[in-house]
Amino acid sequence: MEPSVFQGSYPVIRKTACAKQTFDFIVHCPDIAKTAQAGQFVHVKSPNFTLRRPISICQIDRQKGNIRLVMEVRGEGTAQIAQTPESGLLDVMGPLGHGFQLLDFPATAIAVGGGIGVPPMLETAAHYGKNAVAILGFRSASAVILEEDFQREGCQVDLCTDDGTKGKKGFVTQALKERLEQSKPSIIYACGPLPMLKGVAVLAKEYGVRCQVSMEERMGCGIGACLVCACKTKKPNGEEGFSHVCKNGPVFEAEEVVF
Amino acid sequence: MAKLNVTLCGVELKNPVIAASGCFGFGQEYAKMYPASVFGGISLKGMTFEERQGNPPPRIAETPSGMLNSVGLQNPGVEAFLNHELPALKGVDTILIANAAGSTVESYVALVERLSDSDVDMIELNISCPNVKQGGAAFGVTCEGAASVVKAVRRVCKKPLIVKLSPNVTDIAAIAQAVEAEGADAISLINTLLGMRIDIKTRRPVLKNNVGGLSGPAVFPIAVRMVWQVANRVKVPVIGLGGIEKWQDAVEMMMAGASAVQIGAAMFYDPYAPIKIVDGMNQWLDEQGIADVNEIVGTVQPW
Repeated sequence: MEPSVFQGSYPVIRKTACAKQTFDFIVHCPDIAKTAQAGQFVHVKSPNFTLRRPISICQIDRQKGNIRLVMEVRGEGTAQIAQTPESGLLDVMGPLGHGFQLLDFPATAIAVGGGIGVPPMLETAAHYGKNAVAILGFRSASAVILEEDFQREGCQVDLCTDDGTKGKKGFVTQALKERLEQSKPSIIYACGPLPMLKGVAVLAKEYGVRCQVSMEERMGCGIGACLVCACKTKKPNGEEGFSHVCKNGPVFEAEEVVF
Repeated sequence: MAKLNVTLCGVELKNPVIAASGCFGFGQEYAKMYPASVFGGISLKGMTFEERQGNPPPRIAETPSGMLNSVGLQNPGVEAFLNHELPALKGVDTILIANAAGSTVESYVALVERLSDSDVDMIELNISCPNVKQGGAAFGVTCEGAASVVKAVRRVCKKPLIVKLSPNVTDIAAIAQAVEAEGADAISLINTLLGMRIDIKTRRPVLKNNVGGLSGPAVFPIAVRMVWQVANRVKVPVIGLGGIEKWQDAVEMMMAGASAVQIGAAMFYDPYAPIKIVDGMNQWLDEQGIADVNEIVGTVQPW
């Protein structure tokens, strides 16, 4: 079996700060970029910590052999990763997990991202170009990331902030409901905080639209061997059990997930 | 090139590096990076007779130089293992070790009986899992408990029997002697040490199970000490594990008395660690002019 997952120290070819405590890295890793898919993630080593930190892939440039990672500092581990300078090396393992299923033209999609759940939506929505609506939610104007990137890909962008400092005031679920009232897309994608995912899943079911969600859980190996990143799911027969975010996910059909 | 193969209770391994149970799934997952045949053997995910769902998440926590886990023996049960997992390993050039756990003596016996008729090469009896409420470590923390399981299992076990010991005990060498007396063919140690982390913001344990097993480099010196103590008291081969991350650690563990080693948590942060360890040991043996890795086993010269 040819290797399909790689690990190594790869050069950061561009690094920018894109919002408070949020950093945008372009990493040159041709072997990882070659097969990476929208919605997959990479596992990044923090120099002084045991466990790697899963970070979703924001964009893939297979021709240049680059992936883009937009990450938020959550704790000491991610803080150290974020300190990696431009032209420094990042210890990355990937691509990992199952990504979003992208449908063929002329399918339409709504991609819903909340906070740091927005980055994996970019590669996903870009696949649909103008046939995608990106509903992006943030706490406030200072936390907004990637808005122009979605516009550049041709997507229609609905921006929401909790405090109304930019875009519409309110949650992404409100904006999603309004969009669904106008027209139903072929599929809805979502990544963000658990209550948001649950809200999106409920709406998708109500309007009868297929929905895929990207889940998060504290992770170990990242490749399906250690079974720590458990996520409660149900089989078609209704039987509940633990699936694993790194192996079975991070993307699940919303109706499989027990929220 | 030094001779790297070792023989454990009649089973020959091409090198002394074994994947530790719980860290290598059922041998398929890391095949996306390298073949399982890089290992002398692989100890498969701990299994029970019936399927187990395991503990609710979070099941993992970062610790200084280590990690806590509370997976709780999630596994599909022995029939699913025999029907789906084991056939997928057919033809993989490595020794297959089934890790067997239970909640009662009867459940251990039923499981080992079933595994004895399969194509696994060895059975590792897990009497040391700290993450299950019944059985598991409860058997492994007293000489009587450990002896009772090994005695019952020995009667039905047709494969070489490794017994994996818990470090959460006062005198691990006494337990090793007790299981050796009941017919263990080899002893592996250490399983994880029971630990806990608390999130000071929420005043909640990080693990949903409250407590979990500590592994990683933090436990390495404890593992070396325990392997040394056990190897001095038993005649059967000892397999050393706990925090090994580099070839130097593997050499150290073998000098303490281990005939082979297992690699676990290190793979999570350094997935190629097993390959680096085999290569590094090989190179070091050549540099030292040692023709056979077995020559270093138990060669520590205590003060």
